[in-house]
Order: sequence, then C-alpha cells, then structure tokens
Amino acid sequence: MKLKIASFDFTCCEGCQLQLANSESTLTDFLELLDIRNFREISSERLDDYDIALVEGSISREDEVERLLKIRKQAKVLVAFGTCACFGGVNSLKNSFPLDETVREVYGDMVIETLPVRRISDIVKVDLSIPGCPVAKEEVERIMVSLAKDSIPTLPKYPVCVECKQRLNTCLIELGEICLGPITRAGCNAVCPTGKTACLGCRGPAEELNMPAFLELVKERGLSLSDLQEKLAFYNAFEPLATDET
Amino acid sequence: MPLNHLPPMKRDYSLDIRHLTRVEGHANIQITVRDGELLDARWAVVETPRFFEVMLKGMSAERVPFLTSRICGICSISHSLASIRAVERAMEIVPPVVAEKTRLLAMHGETLQSHALHLFFLVAPDFAGTSSVLPLIQSHPELVRAGLQLKELGNEISTVTTGRCTHPVSLVVGGLSKAPDKQRLLQLQAMIQERKPALESACAFLLSLTIPDFSRETEFISLSNGSSYPAIGGSLVSTEGVVHDESDYLLMTNEYMQEGSTSKFTRLSRESSVAGALARFNNNSHLLHQKAKEVAESFKLKPVCHNPFMNNIAQLVECVHILEDAEELIKTLLDGELSEIKTSFASKAGAATGAVEAPRGILYHHLEIDEKGKVVKADCIIPTTQNNANIHFDLHALVQQALREGKNDGEITKLCEMLVRSYDPCISCSVH
Repeated sequence: MKLKIASFDFTCCEGCQLQLANSESTLTDFLELLDIRNFREISSERLDDYDIALVEGSISREDEVERLLKIRKQAKVLVAFGTCACFGGVNSLKNSFPLDETVREVYGDMVIETLPVRRISDIVKVDLSIPGCPVAKEEVERIMVSLAKDSIPTLPKYPVCVECKQRLNTCLIELGEICLGPITRAGCNAVCPTGKTACLGCRGPAEELNMPAFLELVKERGLSLSDLQEKLAFYNAFEPLATDET
Repeated sequence: MPLNHLPPMKRDYSLDIRHLTRVEGHANIQITVRDGELLDARWAVVETPRFFEVMLKGMSAERVPFLTSRICGICSISHSLASIRAVERAMEIVPPVVAEKTRLLAMHGETLQSHALHLFFLVAPDFAGTSSVLPLIQSHPELVRAGLQLKELGNEISTVTTGRCTHPVSLVVGGLSKAPDKQRLLQLQAMIQERKPALESACAFLLSLTIPDFSRETEFISLSNGSSYPAIGGSLVSTEGVVHDESDYLLMTNEYMQEGSTSKFTRLSRESSVAGALARFNNNSHLLHQKAKEVAESFKLKPVCHNPFMNNIAQLVECVHILEDAEELIKTLLDGELSEIKTSFASKAGAATGAVEAPRGILYHHLEIDEKGKVVKADCIIPTTQNNANIHFDLHALVQQALREGKNDGEITKLCEMLVRSYDPCISCSVH
C-alpha cells in the first residue's frame, strides 16, 4: 500500500519540501512508496483524500491558522516537517521586536497582516515531528519506510556530539568556539561541525540532555555567554538563558 | 454555443488562480475580460512575510549568512554569498583566491540544480500536458533521468563546495571554514564528464518544443564585470544603457509597494524590468563559453531577446556554460594548494552592498554594521521582486494577444500559467 501523502507549506523558505526531490539516485524508489495527493510546489493536481500531511513552516497569519485546522481535520498523521514547523525556526526571531515597528520597518505605512510566529503544535495536535533546517532526506526516507510498514518511527535521543565523534572531527569547543552539538538532538550526521561551523541547534534539544554541565563547560572555557545566547535563540528550539546566567 | 466559441469581440473570460502550482511560494493570477475587452490582469503575491530585515537587527555580522541563507530553500548559497560579500566589503576583508574560486563553483552548483528543477520538474509538464513530472517518469523516462542527473550533479557540486546543498555550512565571512576535499573534487570532475550527454539530450528535447511566440519590449538588468559571465559582484547594467556601481543598488531598483501584494515591485527606465537568466544573457552573451554560445544559436536565441518564454532556453544555455566553467574551476583548484582558505579579521563598523547573480537574477543585500560587529540596518532586494512588475504587464499584453488570436479559455489560462512559470518566480524569497 502506498502512503497517501500531501505536502503543505506556511511561513517558511520551502527548503524542506525541496529535500523530498533531492537524493536523486534513490528518488524513483522513494516515490514508489508514496501516492502524492496534494503538493502545490510540484504538481497542479490538488486532491483532499490524503492520510499523511507534511506541514512545513511556522504560523504567522490568521489565514494560515484556518488552512492548518482544515489539514488537521483530514490528516490521520500530521507531521511537523522541519525546524520552522517544530520550533518556529528562524522566523521566531521576529517575536523579539514589536509587531507594529516590524511592519513599519519593511512596509512603511502599508497595512500588512502579521502575527507573532507560532509553531504548528501551538495550534493543532502534531503526531510526528521531523526537525532539521533543512530536514535530512535520509531521515525522511527512513521515517516514510516506517510509516509504510506500520512501525513507529523514532528519532535519535542522543546529541549531535555522538555523530560528530563518529566522524572523527576535531571538537569545535576544543578550538574555542561554542557549538550546540552537546545539547542538540542527533540525526543530521553532524553536518555543520563536520564543515567546521558551529551547530546552532536546528534539531532542538537532545532527550539525554545535561544543560547545567554544558553551561558549566562554556563558563569554564571563558567563552562568550552573549554568543551562546544568540546561538540558543537562533531557531527558537531552546529556552533562553536566565538573565542571572548572562 | 459555449462561451469560449464566441467571437473575440463579445467574449467574457475570467481567470482566478489562487496559489498557482508548480512555482515556489504563494501567488495568484486574476484576469477579467468583458465583451472582449481586458478589464484587469493582476499578479498578486500573497505569501506570508517573514521580516528578515528586522530579524537581522542586532545580529553578529558573522552569523548573518547563516540567517539570510534561510530566506530561500532553492537559492540559499546565493543569499549566503550576497551577505558575505556585503560584510566583507563593509569591513574591508579580502578573501583568499581559493575561497573565491570555491564560492564561484558553489554558485554554479546551485544554479544548475535550480535551473534543472525548474526546467524538468516545473516547466516540462506544461509542454507534455501533464499536471506534474510524476506521469513523465513513465511517458518520458529519458527526459526525467536527464533532469535528475543534472539536478543531482548541481547538488553534488554544492555539497562538495559548501558541505550541504541547501543552507550551506562552510561559506563564512573571510572565506571558507573548510576546504573542499580533493578526492571529491576529482569525483566531481568525472561526474561532470559522465553527465554531459544528459544535458545534450535535454537540449535536443527542448529543441523539439514550440516556444510560445510572444514579445513585449522591456529592460533587462544584470551584473556585468566585462571579463567573465557574471556571478559574484560587478557593475549593475541594463539593456537601456544604464550603468551603476554595485553600491548604488537603490538607483537600479526603486522599490515601491503594490496594494494586495506582500512582495514589492521595482522599476528603472520603463514601467517594468527583468532580472534572471535571460537578463544575464542579454547583457553578457559574448562572455559565455563557446559551447553555450552554440546552443544559444541552435535555439536562435540572440540578444536582446524580449520573449519571456525564452528565459527557459537562457537557463538551458547557462547550464551548458556552467558545466564547462565548473570543469575549469575544479582543475584550477586541484592544481593548487587548498590550505589558505580564510582571511582573519577584526570586526569594524561599515556599510556595504553585496550583489550576486542568484539563479533567478540579481540579488542585493545591503548591511550596516556597528563597531561591535552587530547589524544596525539590513536591506535585501530579491530577483523575483524585480520581476513582479514585468510579470504583471506581460500578463496584460499576453491576454490581449491571445484574445486577438482567438485562443479559447483553456488555452489562455495555460499560457498565463506558463508565462509566470517561465520567470521561475521564487515567491517566498521575494517576500522574505
């Protein structure tokens, strides 16, 4: 049985749904698993009899709330697809500025509707989350196979550090840079620290998380707490540091 | 008698497409014809704005490219590099040559991936008369295979040069955080050779198609540096003879707001202008690789071409150029040392523009940075923003021409959709 699937996007860059068309060498096999009912970016066919809804993006306008509620009614499995859907993502950075000033800065006096950014689970029940900015295609493939076989899909519980060590990378923290690898959920194969840039935590907190120890490590090394704060806030996936800590 | 068989003088026709399919982002086309007269043709962008210019305020300059790359899921490398260029110019940082070559190669990968996605996944179904690429897997397997091979090659070039094909990892202010691996560059070289036939078969397929015959005179804007086909930085030029320095991007864009659209519009010498592959071709065709010139000739594509549907062909011509240029760049990188990849720098205050040729056209990021290295003000002007007005006026002219030619409702609808798709609009990007 093919999975009757639909893909929808809200406030986002559409980079996650684009990953569905990547990994070209396995793409036709991947598509064999799916019966695509509704996917505006690639198809003009729009059918409403899907079981699985991939929902990309965060919510920042009233019409998006209505569209999302409609999708929730239809979908048996609603998937928060990507970091914006799971945590609000970079879009959430907008929330630290007053809304009227935000609109004026970009549009002057023109009336533009916008709401504070919310994650999908702030509006509807989410059945499954696939984090990542963007999502990792290999993980998406694995999860779709699980769904097709009626088994329960899982995400790694351990942090990015585990994958980073497996790739024999030099630790960025050892090199004097704050990397969120020790506290972020794995599943990306440590793609950022492997490219020698710090993990910014797009996959959200690892389940086996020791935040106090991480904070202690940052302080012990004399690394900048304001840099840490900027990194923790980047995808809205972590609680900000308490003010007495900064 | 059905409405669409009435003589043109008496026709009523209305088109109201909400959320046009097979484009990136959300936009509507609305057209009203009464008694054979075009009352309204409207291109309305309804995408939700994200307000990146506001999000950037107070951010460390070094982190900016990681945020701005998230403006777009298709051209994240271009956004990253536009920001990096703005920061480097503002802080007077000169990146090492290896970094410059690697960045150019990364842009080639992104453009190849983007053009292949557009031509094979979004445009091809229009010509085949299907709703998506999916039925083509059965009916045109070789075409789909060629498209996938080229898209995969583009993604692989981006991955080898930046660590990941969407939202690059190793493009940083000052240069690169990590050099491309020589072994993987060698593999890329072989992959390019192996995939050239795919591009040749794509050219043959496109040659067999009839491109709609429609032209409306307009102005084409792109970067130009006089010595190579444009990619990163240069002068801002137009087919009307306008030339400005990169920093004077506001004189080139003149943004204005349009009621009912969350994306802005721009203009220069006329009511509208165009950015993108056709604009780059119209201003720089003499700088294309010989093989790309030959392909352009086979399609009778010559500057200045005013047929927007030929943007598809200009993209194909650029793919040919990219494969040739990428081979040369890889050879240069393989022949040299890849040790010096980043210039160290200390933060300082400054303001500058970074302009790059994203797959869909000229992209500007302007950044003002304070002495602590934090962003004070940001401005991003996206290629699709610069095409909105032209799409709008083209729709008018196209519908009028179609009415004169007695086209039926279905044909007009299809032509309008194809027109918009030929611009390869990146709508969420344009709203950002």
